[in-house]
Amino acid sequence: MENFEYFAPDSLDALPGLLSRKRERTMVLAGGTDLLDMLKERIVKPEKVINLKGIAGLKGIQHGEGVRIGALTTIAEIAADAGLKREYTVLAQAARSIATPQLRNMGTLGGNLCQRPRCWYFRGREYVCLKKGGSKCFAPEGLNKYNAIIGGGPSFIVHPSDSAPALQALQATVHTFGPQGEDSIPMDEFFELPIDNLRAENVLEPNEIITAVSIPKPAPGTRSAYIKFREKQSLDFAISSVAAVLEMEGSRVRDLRIVLGGVAPIPWRSQVAEDELRGKKLSDETIRRAAEAAVSEAQPLSQNRYKITLTRNLVARTLHQLAAQG
Amino acid sequence: MAKWKSLKDMSILSTAYPRLDGMDKVTGRAQYTSDVRPAGMLYGRLLTSPYPAAKVVDIDVSRAAKLAGVHVILTNLLEGKAVRYAGQPVAAVAADTPEIAADAVDLIRVKYEKLPFAADLDSAMQEGAPRVFSDRENIVAARRPTQKGDVDAGFAAADVVVDATFRTQVQTHSCLETHGSMVEWKGEDLYVYDSTQGVHSVREGLAKNLGISPAQVHVICEHMGGGFGSKLQPGFYTAHAARLAKKAGRPVQLMLTRKQDFLSAGNRPDSLQKLKLGAKKDGSLVAFSGTTWGTAGIGRGARVRQPFIYEIPNVYAEHHDVYTNAGAARAFRAPGCPQASFAMEQLLDEVAEKLNMDPLDLRLKNETNATRRKEWKIGAEKIGWQRRRKTPGSDSGPVKRGLGLGASIWWPGGRGTRATMTVFPDGKVEVRCGTQDIGTGTRTIVAAIAAEELGIGLEMIRPLIGQSDFPYSGGSGGSTTAPSVAPAIKNTSEKAKAKLAEIASGFFGASPEDIIFENGRVYMDKSRKKSMSWQEICQLLETQPITVHGEWVEGLSSAGVAGCQFAEVAVDTETGAIRVEKVVAVADCGLVLDRLTTESQVNGAVIQGVSYALYENRLMDPITGTMINADFENYKIAGALEVPEIEVVLFDEPERGVIGIGEPPTIPTSAAIANAVYNAIGVRLRSLPMTPDRVLDALYAQPVTRKED
Repeated sequence: MENFEYFAPDSLDALPGLLSRKRERTMVLAGGTDLLDMLKERIVKPEKVINLKGIAGLKGIQHGEGVRIGALTTIAEIAADAGLKREYTVLAQAARSIATPQLRNMGTLGGNLCQRPRCWYFRGREYVCLKKGGSKCFAPEGLNKYNAIIGGGPSFIVHPSDSAPALQALQATVHTFGPQGEDSIPMDEFFELPIDNLRAENVLEPNEIITAVSIPKPAPGTRSAYIKFREKQSLDFAISSVAAVLEMEGSRVRDLRIVLGGVAPIPWRSQVAEDELRGKKLSDETIRRAAEAAVSEAQPLSQNRYKITLTRNLVARTLHQLAAQG
Repeated sequence: MAKWKSLKDMSILSTAYPRLDGMDKVTGRAQYTSDVRPAGMLYGRLLTSPYPAAKVVDIDVSRAAKLAGVHVILTNLLEGKAVRYAGQPVAAVAADTPEIAADAVDLIRVKYEKLPFAADLDSAMQEGAPRVFSDRENIVAARRPTQKGDVDAGFAAADVVVDATFRTQVQTHSCLETHGSMVEWKGEDLYVYDSTQGVHSVREGLAKNLGISPAQVHVICEHMGGGFGSKLQPGFYTAHAARLAKKAGRPVQLMLTRKQDFLSAGNRPDSLQKLKLGAKKDGSLVAFSGTTWGTAGIGRGARVRQPFIYEIPNVYAEHHDVYTNAGAARAFRAPGCPQASFAMEQLLDEVAEKLNMDPLDLRLKNETNATRRKEWKIGAEKIGWQRRRKTPGSDSGPVKRGLGLGASIWWPGGRGTRATMTVFPDGKVEVRCGTQDIGTGTRTIVAAIAAEELGIGLEMIRPLIGQSDFPYSGGSGGSTTAPSVAPAIKNTSEKAKAKLAEIASGFFGASPEDIIFENGRVYMDKSRKKSMSWQEICQLLETQPITVHGEWVEGLSSAGVAGCQFAEVAVDTETGAIRVEKVVAVADCGLVLDRLTTESQVNGAVIQGVSYALYENRLMDPITGTMINADFENYKIAGALEVPEIEVVLFDEPERGVIGIGEPPTIPTSAAIANAVYNAIGVRLRSLPMTPDRVLDALYAQPVTRKED
């Protein structure tokens, strides 16, 4: 990696003076599980690296009216939290599915939301792809079996986070801190498609950080689940995943959220799929229709058509699993 | 002819005992190549070409040379300035720290003239493809075709004929320890700490490369983190390190980065196989024809060993190596066999289905090996073969299960090893042998054989191996190590025993031939009336240790392995995921020297076979001609959670002596899994690896164009 200046402030107040408005000139370090790879591979060459771990108040899970999770809370802590497992099952399951025990012990929630794409063209130094300031996305004419089937163009990355689809399905809010002070952004508005923003995957300014994520208390009758499909169980990112939160009223679905991971450049909320089920009973037929709807927007590349079949089947599997909990 | 004692008389050999250096390895005490860091050592690093085909026009090192901490830069690594694969070394740097070396490599400016390339099998085989070597076609016949009988007549006489096209992928060795060396000149002599499977071959090769005498080269490999065939030959990195060290006047460590290891340190060639097989109604195979292609990159040796184990009266098999702009292949655990097995065993199952015959019965019908005939039956019973679905894909529900099988074969043997043994007056015994332990437990069996022969405990033996200054032993390849080393150690031990027996006979007034060594004691004869302890007889040596020389002798080892495997899989037809639930591996290995390390080798081979079947795949980017997944995130290898239950059945035939077991158990795994997958879902997968996308595409019959197919 290139040399950089290292800072370890102990309060948020120091950040505005340290963080640059210019992207990738200064970078923040939390768990480091993504940043260190990027530095070593020289994908990013920041002048300053700012370690957030010394800042008090950014860690921990507080249950109350809803739950608030500090940005520095580790993925392992989220996966192990009894309250989350009980009431926010989809998030605890998503956390449990991430990477390996070592990475879950190091990785943080804020970092998991802000991690960069895993696309091999993005990660390889020798490919000057669109997201690194190059002139083209290599995926369409290159090797694209893991790339986007929905929402792609001009870049066809997929968003790698497992926690993000879960949090979006739970209608979470991201709390941020920047030069203008604190701010809150609903998860539905946090991520940005490549067509709107090529150099980043979310709306955070380079001099802003996430401080916490809050989730409203689920309505009575809420069931949720996260199903992740990966090629191997030991350390792998999602090829496709489904986060589903169902608010049941008797046998009817009063409201629901279905968010897909690993298939689009952002966690993909499938409102067309939700519409198929809202107000209806869960049956083989309604589930089949919702699953079909979830992939109705898909436009596969040359080698990833299988992801349509896979995603359709995963949506159906997740809904059947939740139906069986009734 | 020399003979091993009978199993019932053995106290160590043929039992299960842990490897001697296990504790050193798990506690980090074991010294691997990169742990050897003498004072003043510099860190070497290679600059490699990012392009698969290019001409180097200019190398500008001015900025790199100015960097503080940079000692030497070499710019003459390429012969003729031609780059033929991405990852080919172009320049080398030696610097005070690994970080400075990496920075220096980044500061070297190389001007390339890019050339058209063909980085994978299909592009290289196309009409008008860019040539990898300007003076040769890309497609070259490997050797004369295999011909036997009359193939046309054979097919004409067949009752059923099946033909199909199969593909296997390029697999990289992916050794946990990357290739590399630490070299140090001491006067005219060169000391080489190397991660190698052949300390002697490195000595010879390096001496030739550097134009010095082998007598000046001393190669040392105490421990190594995997080779699988890729570390049999002298490394280009060693020669570069030696030149850097000479110029710097300092020791130099040069370990390949993980990415360089993927690109330049060897692989198993892929294959494209167009095969045809004919059989009579009773199942007897009567005709085989096959044309195969495979790429060994810029190297040779992609042969597919068809028609695998099967004895067929009428055969025509031709193979073509195809040059591509990719790193050269190297020997990889049972070269040419897993490819052949994957295709041929599926073809046999297709014949069985057409004949409405059980695949196992078809194997038994055509089996010519008496050992394997017994093994098929043992394996079938262990896996519960009668549970196999009569109708493929007949399970209800999305997850469907199936059983499959495959055979293995190998032709090891091995000879030529020499050793010395010194018995010290305090009772300690030092064995020196120039073999090396690539992780199979060689050090442990060297000690165990000596201890068994001398009738003393393992703790009394100091097995010294892994140095080219020790008596000659060949490279650890071809599953030859144990059959080559074990007889030499036994022979050497017998010679030491003979010397001690003379001393004992004088002491007891008995005949030397009657002296018995057992349980840490020396007995005058089988009446066991008089005896002394091992320590007591060694004390009689006073100040003069005994040193004897021994060598490989006939009668203690043999060649020829037969084996078979059965796999049970569960296929999730909604996701395309294949889960291998169980593998039964029946392995024939003659006299088992150590049950633990032998089973460990079979386990490892099966795991590597599962990984080959389902995960591993070198992918070449069609746009740039580089390997796109040269890391352990995207080059997928079976992890702990992918490992099935493995039941190892060691089919003992001690009367055959020692036989190597490293390679054969990795051969049939992918075939057994593929046949099990067909039994589970009723759709045949003819390409490796059998990834979820391929399973789904096959199940849902979606037409796809896939570059890597």
